[in-house]
Amino acid sequence: MTRHVVIAGAGPAGLGAAAGALRAGARVTLVDAAENPGGQYHRMLPDAYAAARPGRLQHGWRGFERLRGRVLGNPRCDWWPESTVWAIDRPDRGAPHVHVLRGEADAPERERHVLRPDALVLAPGAHDRALPFPGWELPGVCTAGAAQALAKGERLVIGDRVVIAGSGPFLLPVAATLLEAGSTVREVLEAGTAAALVRGWTRRPWELAAQAGKTAELAGYAGLLARHGVPYRTGRAVIEARGDGRVEEAVTARLRPDWSVVPGTERTVAVDALCVTHGFSPQLELPVAAGCELRDGAFVTVDGDQRTTVPAVYAAGEATGIAGAQAARTEGLLAGWIAGGGSAEARELDSLRRRRDRGRAFAARLAAAHPIGAAWPGWLRAGTIVCRCEETTYGALRRAAGDPAGNSAAAVRLATRAGLGPCQARVCGPAVAELLGGPAPHHRPIAQPIRLGELARPPIEDTATKESAR
Amino acid sequence: MSPRLVRAADDAVGRRDTPLRITLDGEPLTGVAGQTVAGVLLGSGRTAWREGPSGAPRGVFCGIGACFDCLVTVNGVRDVRACRRRARDGDAVTTQSRAREDAR
Repeated sequence: MTRHVVIAGAGPAGLGAAAGALRAGARVTLVDAAENPGGQYHRMLPDAYAAARPGRLQHGWRGFERLRGRVLGNPRCDWWPESTVWAIDRPDRGAPHVHVLRGEADAPERERHVLRPDALVLAPGAHDRALPFPGWELPGVCTAGAAQALAKGERLVIGDRVVIAGSGPFLLPVAATLLEAGSTVREVLEAGTAAALVRGWTRRPWELAAQAGKTAELAGYAGLLARHGVPYRTGRAVIEARGDGRVEEAVTARLRPDWSVVPGTERTVAVDALCVTHGFSPQLELPVAAGCELRDGAFVTVDGDQRTTVPAVYAAGEATGIAGAQAARTEGLLAGWIAGGGSAEARELDSLRRRRDRGRAFAARLAAAHPIGAAWPGWLRAGTIVCRCEETTYGALRRAAGDPAGNSAAAVRLATRAGLGPCQARVCGPAVAELLGGPAPHHRPIAQPIRLGELARPPIEDTATKESAR
Repeated sequence: MSPRLVRAADDAVGRRDTPLRITLDGEPLTGVAGQTVAGVLLGSGRTAWREGPSGAPRGVFCGIGACFDCLVTVNGVRDVRACRRRARDGDAVTTQSRAREDAR
């Protein structure tokens, strides 16, 4: 019988996985919350825009379009847009059951489906990690990913006097997108010091040569910033946002290598938007729900063939390490091929595995070149909000952590409600974990909100026989 | 200045806009078919439309459905992520407040 592979996420990793599984001869159900495949990297314009030149804003658009066409056009591929995996369970310790809601985002009365595939590939992607600082809750302060999504996804420019700050190479494409859209980028601030960046990026240069496309892309951004006269400053961070009801100015300061502030170097810059990113947080609730073990509490553990520690469950893309779109696609191809029943001995896997390993080396380099400085909590004041949802302050967290009656991380969370609000610690989780010690929480049995009325109705069973009878 | 839509005439992607109208707490706003609710609100000069527990204003933060800061009520249905929901012509969007919730 034809194997059935469910793929959660249709970004570069998920699309790659679909292609791999289809090539192996499997039947695929490709599930994504968005209307179009592409994920964040290839976020597409809405069909209603009838864009004549959608590829203008995209890197590697041709390759993406080919892959998308091949996957979605395959009769063995069932594409489920606007579909959210809200839970995964393994009632009989076999292949997991995948619970999906189909319908508009957060709409009531979406269709509830249960998929029982032979294998599951998890390609959930990641979102920006943002460290807290005084004033980061002001409107007009957003993640770099938000600015990117709005500009690429619907041509909305977040502001006209923008500072982009944080750490990592993602600062650059966001600056490029805003410049392309006609915004004025006041400055781009990389918190890492120049010495740390040079150390991280010039180590083992032969690895970089293998990532020539990525290197050229980054060099292109640097040239664009220079042409627009946008300063790219290293060893400098936004340590405060100020404004009356919305952000009006950013306070920046020079940082030491551990990200402590050099006193007396503070400057204010007038802004109407401030975009921050300090790397990426993989979305781990689905892998955790499936029972997958994590590496360092931060990424899904996978073997050389992208198998997780749970039988019949594979993972690809940022969930296994932040390495970017190309690496994600390669991991996806491998994961999908194996999940679809392809032979692990197949000769063409050799080059795929080599490319995947280069992607992993690139991820390691990225992490080494852009570590988060341990002294960042020095930016915080007692009244600084750490958990945005519950408005838990740094002072309240420290008081609770120092209370001898209940100073376990879990007790502090319960006492202060940090991480217990609507976002379920997706945003503050890593920061709170660093402040209190211990791993960031990823356990969210209900991975996406479901309404009680939806839960109350019986699900639609999507059995293999029904689907293949189409 | 405020957030704004790239003018269609200047847009390198060559798009064709179909206007749409929604209301925010009864006030009419215009946007473009295909925009998210958050995009329409931002493009109309709103940077905040929700209140946190203290009553402090909130708008878009993560922009991709992870932070839940931009929640709105759409046609009577609460807790819709404005950054993930496409606006439809005639949508009645109302603001939400966690401060008011707590006071209830």
